[in-house]
Amino acid sequence: MTHRLKWRNALLYAGVAAVVAYCLAPFYWMLVSSLRRTSDIFDTSLLPAPVSLENYRAVFDPSQGFTRALLNSLVVAGVTTALALLLATFTAYAMARLRFRFKRLILTVIIATSMFPVVSIVVPLLKLFTDMGWINTYQAMIVPSMSFALPLAVWNLTTFFRQMPDELEHAAMIDGCSRGQAFRRIIVPLAAPGIFTTAIITFIAAWNEFLIALSMTNKSAMQTAPVAISKFSGATQFETPFGSQMAAGVLVTVPLVVMVLLFQRRIVAGLTAGAAK
Amino acid sequence: MADTTLPPGTALRGHGSTPGAPAAPANRRRRTRRATSGSARMAVLLVSPTLLVLSVVVLYPTLMALRESLYGPKGLDPQTGFIRATEPFVGLRNYADVLGAAGDRFWNAFWNTTFFTVVTVGLETLIGVAMALIMHRAFRGRALVRAGILVPWAVPTAISALLWRWIFNSDGVANALIGRQILWTTEGFHAKVAVIVAEVWKTAPFIGLLVLAGLQVIPQEVYEAARIDGAGALRRFWHVTLPLVKPALLVAVLFRCLDALRMFDLPYILVGAQKNSVETLSMLAQNEASNVRFGPASAYAVLLFLYVLLIAFAFVRLLGTDLVGDGGARKTRGTRRFSLSRRTEVTA
Amino acid sequence: MKTRTIRALPCAATLVAAGLLLTACGSSGGSGSGEQAGSTSFEGRGPITYVAGKDTTGVVPKVIDRWNKLHPKEKVTFVQLPTDADSQRQQMIQNAETKSDAYTVLSLDVVWTSEFAAHQWIDRLPEQRFPLGRMLKPVVETAKYRGALYAAPASSDGGLLYYRSDLLKKAGVSGPPATWSQMKADCAKVEKLPEAKGMSCYAGQFQKYEGLTVNFAEAVDSAGGVVTDADGRPDVDTPAARKGLDFLAGAVKDGTIPKEAVTYQEEDGRRAFQSGKLVFLRNWPYMYALAGKSKVAGRFAVAPLPGLNGPGSSSLGGHNLALSSFARNKATALDFMKFFSSEDSAGTFLKEASLAPPYTRLYDEPSLVEQYPYLPVLKQSVLHAVPRPRVVNYGDVTSAVQQEAYAALTGAKSSAQALKDLQSALQKSTGQ
Repeated sequence: MTHRLKWRNALLYAGVAAVVAYCLAPFYWMLVSSLRRTSDIFDTSLLPAPVSLENYRAVFDPSQGFTRALLNSLVVAGVTTALALLLATFTAYAMARLRFRFKRLILTVIIATSMFPVVSIVVPLLKLFTDMGWINTYQAMIVPSMSFALPLAVWNLTTFFRQMPDELEHAAMIDGCSRGQAFRRIIVPLAAPGIFTTAIITFIAAWNEFLIALSMTNKSAMQTAPVAISKFSGATQFETPFGSQMAAGVLVTVPLVVMVLLFQRRIVAGLTAGAAK
Repeated sequence: MADTTLPPGTALRGHGSTPGAPAAPANRRRRTRRATSGSARMAVLLVSPTLLVLSVVVLYPTLMALRESLYGPKGLDPQTGFIRATEPFVGLRNYADVLGAAGDRFWNAFWNTTFFTVVTVGLETLIGVAMALIMHRAFRGRALVRAGILVPWAVPTAISALLWRWIFNSDGVANALIGRQILWTTEGFHAKVAVIVAEVWKTAPFIGLLVLAGLQVIPQEVYEAARIDGAGALRRFWHVTLPLVKPALLVAVLFRCLDALRMFDLPYILVGAQKNSVETLSMLAQNEASNVRFGPASAYAVLLFLYVLLIAFAFVRLLGTDLVGDGGARKTRGTRRFSLSRRTEVTA
Repeated sequence: MKTRTIRALPCAATLVAAGLLLTACGSSGGSGSGEQAGSTSFEGRGPITYVAGKDTTGVVPKVIDRWNKLHPKEKVTFVQLPTDADSQRQQMIQNAETKSDAYTVLSLDVVWTSEFAAHQWIDRLPEQRFPLGRMLKPVVETAKYRGALYAAPASSDGGLLYYRSDLLKKAGVSGPPATWSQMKADCAKVEKLPEAKGMSCYAGQFQKYEGLTVNFAEAVDSAGGVVTDADGRPDVDTPAARKGLDFLAGAVKDGTIPKEAVTYQEEDGRRAFQSGKLVFLRNWPYMYALAGKSKVAGRFAVAPLPGLNGPGSSSLGGHNLALSSFARNKATALDFMKFFSSEDSAGTFLKEASLAPPYTRLYDEPSLVEQYPYLPVLKQSVLHAVPRPRVVNYGDVTSAVQQEAYAALTGAKSSAQALKDLQSALQKSTGQ
């Protein structure tokens, strides 16, 4: 028995190692490349020799405005995620719990809206926002981001809410909770992993949006991180700033992951606290 | 009524009623109407903000694009040498051209898009589910690993495409590893392989994470009941886990499909524009738009949209009971009944 | 009745949003009608913007600062676009499509001039305001559309043949080759040297992108052919053009050009040359300083591009300044363009950013030649250069060129077939 357990454990860790290697090996290459000097950026050795922070210095060079861009990205992606989750929670609750007509149609419409290729809607949107005087504003980036964030959030939350047993909710309502209270105290905590995952995925999708953010801004103080990265340049027009692009890639990815790491336990725990157990 | 037609063999099984049996729908309708008076108003209240936001953001530009697709490119006036100020109305000619004169290119892009979608989403599903199953086990450092698998998905697409272009360079690390010089960015099947590898790497975690979340909300008792019942690991996965994560998995797959069908940045940056081996429908639309032919560009976009819509419809049908119809709640109840009955059996 | 509806609909489509109708109708009296483009009045003074790809050198802000100090009430703001040329063009077109006044002075790649002029996204400029006589002729040509000036040449660029002078000397070759066959013969001699083991002869930019159009046009022009004739009509299915393409395709086939060169852009070729894998390389002047700091420092030199029967001709690179039709403060803009493209500014850009100037005199200035030893060669290159096809829909033309040239280079098509297909594709896209 213990033998079998040991084997199973070994297998599990082998699996974990495989997953980690699969996800991180290319990222490792990104990290290594970002630590090479421009002159030996083409090396294929596994370790950078010598290690150089030249690319990171280039990224944070004041002329790139990268710090400000990170902040802008945080605002745009953060507000997008918060708004999308808020609206989507209502909608998903209705989808999962209420009976009404045209549900299938509404869900289809919601997803259909996220399907039009961005290249085709960017010019009409640009014209609209130019008229509204929204160029160089956060809302000009946040509102279009809702077009993909909201459907993603609605659909995911609907599936998670539907998996929750309604007996618990009914029981709570019999105990005197209102529908809203029952939802907040019972469903949300139980669906916490789903909500948290939806939030992460929505945030990342918004964080990486490029074409709209590029088109809606022409002031460098308003650009988001992906837009700032697209303006990185080598010392001459033909040199690709590969090193600093990779450094920037590391810089936009790692904080995100660290944030998730720090928050996931706390948020999940916070949401789960008070759950019927 | 679309809402009440259910895919065969899903929800109604175990309810003692066959779909279409007159008694059940009539009964349900009465019940629904009673429920509707209160909940419909509430539903309107809850759903309308989302619909409002989406119509502002998407409906307007989409309608503009639809309309634009009926106009041809502005012509050049040979006298003045200037492009005319207005676009001629051409009706459906853009569509006819896309399917006729430019048909070869369209169908090539169509098949590329389909091929990429089927292969990448298929591989992503396999890898993603495997990831989720492994991650669902308790082990030391799980939180760390869970955050770690986010990395590929968190890297911005353009950056990841650059990274892979570097890796697949003629003397990049991919060739160093396999010890041969393959020119990945030239025309041929290897270019497709390069795109697939990069795409699967980036997006398998998306499916992995959503499936993992789906696994986490399954009550532990369900597994225990099945285990005590003596079901083997494979049987448990197939009959207990998979049906329960199916909604989460299908939604993840749906969104991946929709994204894959609109794939643009990755082949564009990794392999390059106008490579027949990897040209997708979005790349065609972009190419037309960048040459200031907004009409034909919109026509491509509309065709792609219809294609994507078709897939979405198929999924809504497939997911119907889990997500839409009132059957969904019943199904959950059904599963719970399964677990409860198992539990009673066990305790008995 | 019917015609009126038909005319009304497209109008609505282009103007889209209701609010735009007003602005569009308001402006159509001024610069909207094409026939009067020559007589645009350049009025209004005040703040403007200068829009260009990301500045790689830090010199642009310096020059703009100089202007801003002199004209505190007509400040210029530098709007930086992405590094990649396609994104720059896309942003500029989007700006024009929305008739926005956010962009004033545009830094256009030389090949975009015709397109922007034909769409009336940029204003026709008064020729007498710019010292065109002191500029290299081919460079000025790139700023014109149908004989009228639409942009002010700001910088230029031409291809050079980089070669390993050390190896050539060792192999007993007296100087750089003037023709392709000489180049091949030189390679044959060099490759017999022990230190040249594993080296390839020649490379350029043959990946399927704009660089391929440049290299293809150079090969065709250097063999005495043309891609488009003087009136912009395609004429590429000729024996001369065929000899040009045959040189490239044959060289890939017989290994003169290494097979991985079909994935090369500028940087890939530079890397191969610097690591000693190539004897000859076609590249831009930017590489001179970089190679001077590499392993091959002091062991290479530059020459004009070789051709079929004598020196070849280069394609032209560089940027021109244009004035957005939808901008305000055009009087300021015109002054700024004059300032920014002046010989003085061009000198600064050459000295501090090694941008090739449009002005003839600067190529011969001794202090500059000392700093950039390649200048005399570059002058020859630019003087004999042929602009890439100057057509309204350059995007389609360059796509077609890349498609067919790439097919010929990779052996998917014979040169003859590729040129035949290219000719019909070009006729279709320039036919209107």
